Amino acid sequence: MTVLLLLIPVSLCLGAVGLAAFTYAVRANQFDDPEGNAARILDPEREARPDDQSSRTASPD
Amino acid sequence: MVSDAVLTGAPPAEAEPARLSFSVPGMRCAGCVAAVEREASRFGAARVNLTLKRLTVDVARPDSATPDRIVSTLAAAGHRAVPLDADLAPDGDDPVGRDLLLRLAVAGFATMNVMLLSVAVWSGADAVTRDLLHWISAAIAVPTVAFAARPFFSHALGAVRAGRLNMDVPLALAILLAVGMSLYETSVSGQHAYFDAALALTFFLLIGRYLDHRTRARARSAAAELAALEVPRAERVVDGRVERVPVADLAIGDLVRVCAGERIPVDGTIRAGASELDRSLMTGESAPVSAGPGTDVHAGEVNLTGPLELEVTARGPDTVLRRMAEMVATAEASRTRATTLADRAAALYAPGVHILAAVAGIGWWLATGDLRIALNIATAVLIITCPCALGLAVPAVMTAASARLFGAGVLLKDGAALERLADVTHVVLDKTGTLTLGAPEMRWDDVDRDALAVAAALAAGSRHPLARSLATAADAAGVESAPVTDIVEVPGHGIRGTWRDGEVRRGRAAWVGADPVDDTATYLSWGTGASTAFTFEDRLRDGAAEMVAALRDRGLPVTILTGDTAVAARALAGRLGIDDVRAELLPEDKAQAIAALEQDGTVTLMIGDGLNDTAALARATVSISPASGLDAARAASDIVVMGADLRAVVEVIGAAEDATARIRENFTIASAYNVLAVPLAMAGYVPPLIAALAMSASSIMVSLNAARMLRGRS
Repeated sequence: MTVLLLLIPVSLCLGAVGLAAFTYAVRANQFDDPEGNAARILDPEREARPDDQSSRTASPD
Repeated sequence: MVSDAVLTGAPPAEAEPARLSFSVPGMRCAGCVAAVEREASRFGAARVNLTLKRLTVDVARPDSATPDRIVSTLAAAGHRAVPLDADLAPDGDDPVGRDLLLRLAVAGFATMNVMLLSVAVWSGADAVTRDLLHWISAAIAVPTVAFAARPFFSHALGAVRAGRLNMDVPLALAILLAVGMSLYETSVSGQHAYFDAALALTFFLLIGRYLDHRTRARARSAAAELAALEVPRAERVVDGRVERVPVADLAIGDLVRVCAGERIPVDGTIRAGASELDRSLMTGESAPVSAGPGTDVHAGEVNLTGPLELEVTARGPDTVLRRMAEMVATAEASRTRATTLADRAAALYAPGVHILAAVAGIGWWLATGDLRIALNIATAVLIITCPCALGLAVPAVMTAASARLFGAGVLLKDGAALERLADVTHVVLDKTGTLTLGAPEMRWDDVDRDALAVAAALAAGSRHPLARSLATAADAAGVESAPVTDIVEVPGHGIRGTWRDGEVRRGRAAWVGADPVDDTATYLSWGTGASTAFTFEDRLRDGAAEMVAALRDRGLPVTILTGDTAVAARALAGRLGIDDVRAELLPEDKAQAIAALEQDGTVTLMIGDGLNDTAALARATVSISPASGLDAARAASDIVVMGADLRAVVEVIGAAEDATARIRENFTIASAYNVLAVPLAMAGYVPPLIAALAMSASSIMVSLNAARMLRGRS
């Protein structure tokens, strides 16, 4: 049964990693505009990640 | 890549950077997003939110980048944009939803882990191992419950302080008691710990809470969007120059120009110009009224034919339009408040559960004399009574219903409106603008085709509603316009031109030289002395007849309340087969008619679009308005139909009945489950793991039943 002492922390850590990832995603506005993010990934002019809140500005030319 | 003014944060003194918002309803794809952002980025940093169909532009110099210029630039690229009032537009930020989502995630994480540990306990862990697993569960469960279940604790505390019992009181008590009992059991090396059940309870309840919040947030954002549409602006004339300013900046005595086809922004007196006014929003009357210098006009009326210059006599809160709003507030306050099904269920549930748990606890204590067993049983009863199915029963159905209605072009501003709608026993309709389009259609009895050809030529370029309708009718009948030359529009009178070397005129009876008829009509004089009258009637909205028929099939009596003349109202009611018509009503009369009906125990649904309906809309138990209605009417109603077709109303009533049926079924499922499980729990036959599993099963049943709403009507 001593294997529990190893397995329980491991399973907790894995869960905590998932929870941390989710928390980060919510905090980084990834749930604000899911449709827009899905569309932007197809835009060749932009290398934005979903959490990128930058706006498009006029190109210098 | 941010423009200089934004980077330095030092804007020029007279033009501060501003954020402009637009609604761009046509955006659907990645290409649209790129195109809209590219066009708008000429004016400043642009960002699209595709979920909300919203564009925000951070403009460095608002004096050169006006909303109008951005709209026309986007229009040139093929995207219709509507400026939104930045103060009113919802910004899409949702801190409460985010907070709930985080609590939900934490609860989910903790539930899964503790469930795993419980399986280990259940499959036969013995004394020391079991204690270890229990202590680990406790270490996960206690902080999780403290964080994730806080919304329930604070709501329950608020209710208890106010001397009431709501759904959250038994929930909070069950969670606290379960955790407390389990801690005690763990500390004395007992067998039964309910950490898993307490966490599963919190998790399922948070799902219900989050769904409920999403429905409400969407409804609120829809309402705010409607309110922010059409930024009220006016063209002020200063020293012969015209400038566009927000209505709030106008002062009494300012001169304001209103172009043909625009809505009048303020109350005022005409100083120059001649035109015709559409006063239907104030009076419900569809026929245009002529106006010239000295005529008093009110905000909300539409200027039809010629430009007008007004002197402002009242603006903003002092206009007749806004004074109506006060009447609406009074009507709203006297509205019959229906209790929702969830409230009624909670009122039965909360005391019932407490009594059962107390009876079980005291009974076991008296029978065995063992307080620990007694408390254990009482906790099992509180957990097993399945408040989570009850907590999910309503929000899951409401989320499904509002998703289905959103797809059908219906905005639900208040979820509880669906429940009230299902109880409606009487439908009250406005006439102009609701049953009819508020736009006149030509009558075809003895129309001379040659006369029509000339009249159509004269009507071609006019914005007057009668002229437009005449041109449409001629076009539809295949009548070709006669070759009329030298066409001149005389504002406030009509249009004249030259045909076969003689002058022809189409317009008002006196100007044309014709004998006026009783109906809404436009007149044509052609050749020497000969004149013809074209008469019009208001056209029915698409689906109006079907809607009235469908309402009657459901056994709902229909009444028309209108400000229009009795003759016009009866004619239209006759076509739809409605007997109960009350005509020539003032706005107060409409609200009183509704109040009288409600006094007799009738549950009324009011459908209306105009300012004169607003008080009645607010007074009725449920109200629906078309999106074409005035914003005050949309604001006063619970449900807004975006399309022009009235059959959507029948769809909404159908959805309301479905939703209420699903809610009742869900309550039945939850109760049936309780009737089975509670006696077992009271008898002490429910171990913690079974309690947690049974609870989850009933929650899933309830959610699946709610999902049936999404299929629509078969």
